[in-house]
Amino acid sequence: MLAESDLRKGPNLATPLLSTTTGSWRLVRPVLNTERCNNCLICWLFCPEGCFTRGERVVSLDLDFCKGCGICVAECPREALALVEEGISDARLSER
Amino acid sequence: MRAYLNGNEAVAAAVKLARTEVVAAYPITPQSTIVEKIAEYIADGSMEADYIRVESEHAALAACYGAAVTGTRVFTATSSQGLAYMFEMLHYVSGCRVPLVMAVANRGLAAPWTIWADHQDAVACRDTGWIQLYVETAQEALDTCLQAYKIAAHPEVLAPVMVCLDGYVLSHTEEIVEVPDQETVDRFLPPYRPEYSVDTRRPYVFGVGTGPDLYPAFKYNQQQAMLKAKEVIKEVERDFQAHFQRSYGGLVDPYYCHDAAVVLVVMGATAGTAREVVDELRRQGEAVGLLRLRSFRPFPVEDLRAALSGAGVVAVLDRDCSFGYEGVLATEIKAALYDLREKPLVTGFTGGLGGRDIRREELAGIFHRCLEVVRCQDEGTGAVLNGYWQK
Amino acid sequence: MVKIKDLPDAEFVQGSYACAGCGGILAVRLALKVLGPETVIVTTPSCLLGVTTFYPQLAFKVPCVNVTFPSTAAAVSGVVAGLRRRGKKGVKVVGLAGDGGTVDIGLQALSGAVERGDNFLFICYDNEAYMNTGVQRSGATPLGARTTTTPVGSLGRGEERPKKDMLGIVAAHNIPYAATASIGYPQDYLSKVQKAMQVEGPAYIQVLSPCPPGWGYRSDLTVKLARLAVQTGQWTLAEYENGRLTVKEIANPRPLREYLAPQMRFAHLLA
Repeated sequence: MLAESDLRKGPNLATPLLSTTTGSWRLVRPVLNTERCNNCLICWLFCPEGCFTRGERVVSLDLDFCKGCGICVAECPREALALVEEGISDARLSER
Repeated sequence: MRAYLNGNEAVAAAVKLARTEVVAAYPITPQSTIVEKIAEYIADGSMEADYIRVESEHAALAACYGAAVTGTRVFTATSSQGLAYMFEMLHYVSGCRVPLVMAVANRGLAAPWTIWADHQDAVACRDTGWIQLYVETAQEALDTCLQAYKIAAHPEVLAPVMVCLDGYVLSHTEEIVEVPDQETVDRFLPPYRPEYSVDTRRPYVFGVGTGPDLYPAFKYNQQQAMLKAKEVIKEVERDFQAHFQRSYGGLVDPYYCHDAAVVLVVMGATAGTAREVVDELRRQGEAVGLLRLRSFRPFPVEDLRAALSGAGVVAVLDRDCSFGYEGVLATEIKAALYDLREKPLVTGFTGGLGGRDIRREELAGIFHRCLEVVRCQDEGTGAVLNGYWQK
Repeated sequence: MVKIKDLPDAEFVQGSYACAGCGGILAVRLALKVLGPETVIVTTPSCLLGVTTFYPQLAFKVPCVNVTFPSTAAAVSGVVAGLRRRGKKGVKVVGLAGDGGTVDIGLQALSGAVERGDNFLFICYDNEAYMNTGVQRSGATPLGARTTTTPVGSLGRGEERPKKDMLGIVAAHNIPYAATASIGYPQDYLSKVQKAMQVEGPAYIQVLSPCPPGWGYRSDLTVKLARLAVQTGQWTLAEYENGRLTVKEIANPRPLREYLAPQMRFAHLLA
């Protein structure tokens, strides 16, 4: 809850202010196969939530804000990303 | 410096003296000459400000809001249809606690079309969270605009202020006006620099969304601030008097109320005529008084009770109507006095709509009818006073 | 031309409550990467305001001035004037509105601000209907699209009118720069944003931003549909600059069916 001093000056508040991550919305999550990734940055570019970080050789993925939309998987030109249901381990993906 | 100014020119002079930085306005009669004058000041280099020539009143207030949140002193003016067109933004600005000042040259609302004065336009905006101050003279228009900036930006108020002046009767009628010098105004009114503003190094969201958990808390604070404004309006007027040696009574401007059997309550320029009628009746030995309401919002319940509780009859003159009920001010005065153990009879008169002149004889007539009721009450004959509509 | 590799790592909007796969928030995220931290956003009640500035989830890292629905561009004018008065140079003021807030209720204010020549960028993220209120048609809804106010029934055939030519309207103001773009063509889009922000005076960009729930498609298809719209000739990548209109030609248009088929809003046309 806001302090009295915040309430007194009106609904004008410092930003950003994040009370939750949106990762909990997710039913499926993207998993990255770093061996296939060639760092083309397509996923980094098209992720609406900005979940990818550029690296030296490959991208990395922080799922805090990932809503599981699947755009990164659909757009990846090298099939380096796949969606798995939440709760299923990454190992099963690599078997496929 | 003394000058021959009409109400609109007096407002423009105040806006310049307040070192207003951004003006956004749209033309509408009878306000237009305020912003024409400001445009002239800017064009001749005597006022340093941005004038945004917007395409509507709604945009005028939106632009003022945008400029105000950057931490600049802003001004706009409107009337009637223009004020109605702003309605959405009125709530928005007050809800965001933006302390801007707007002059309203009061004018009736269409239909039928009219360009002449009544209070329907501003009174219809009663519940928008704006402070509404009604003035009686061009001098008071100038002085109240200066006060308005200080009241609006007071950290415990942070509410926008409408300075209401009757169309034509004040806006276009010249008077001798004492125009204060810039140095004194600067001492009275320091530059507007809010605690926070649009700043990329310290980002804020202005006007966040809220859920049912938080919305009432913001609205509660807005209400508390408006109630606090009653004190602040008086305080600013004392301060104003110390700097300029003029004052207007703060929230209410009573005239011979203390021993009056009948008190007439009015807002705006009608008070000038009414005061003359009171003088005349007093000379004839009648115990009559006048109360000019200066602050319609916040509504000065305490001051009204103090001024009116001793009267037998309170006559309220409304230049507006809540259709299907009665004049708005009449309802408000009745409500304000309701808790009193001994309360006067309150009766409403609706007049001066669409610029209809309110003549001395009519005001005298109202007083005489009310005095008659007081006499009947004293004699125990229990006359009932019906309201009156000037047709 | 913007190089994707040169875009900054920094995110200026993150943690929004936008739907999964929202094209609008992607359009805003990408634009802010070009605009940078010295940017002020002005926006109105729309999906964008709802998902980025609703307490306690405030997702912007730049200042954001919210205002009423018709008023984006009017408030922009005020912010521009105020910042000028405060001597804050080099801050870009960006009006962001959806298609309803641009081509319908916001049109008058936008016309006023463009005609006045204020220095700002206006980005319309166009998802072709009033999505925030539940997919009602707007002036930007394309011919044939099913919305909740243009339903399909024994008489109803979806939207009966073609999309409003907003680029033409803006261009008619002799605006220094205006363009249409698509999030499916990010380099084209972001190069236009960069050009627009360097223009002295008003600039306008209308960026196609597919909406999974509003258009009725799977959330991973957002970028693909934004691309297909262009490839099938349903959206043009146009630029109006120095009084000249140029349109990116599509040499071999793909069959329209490819664009329509994944979207529920067009399902009745293919039935």
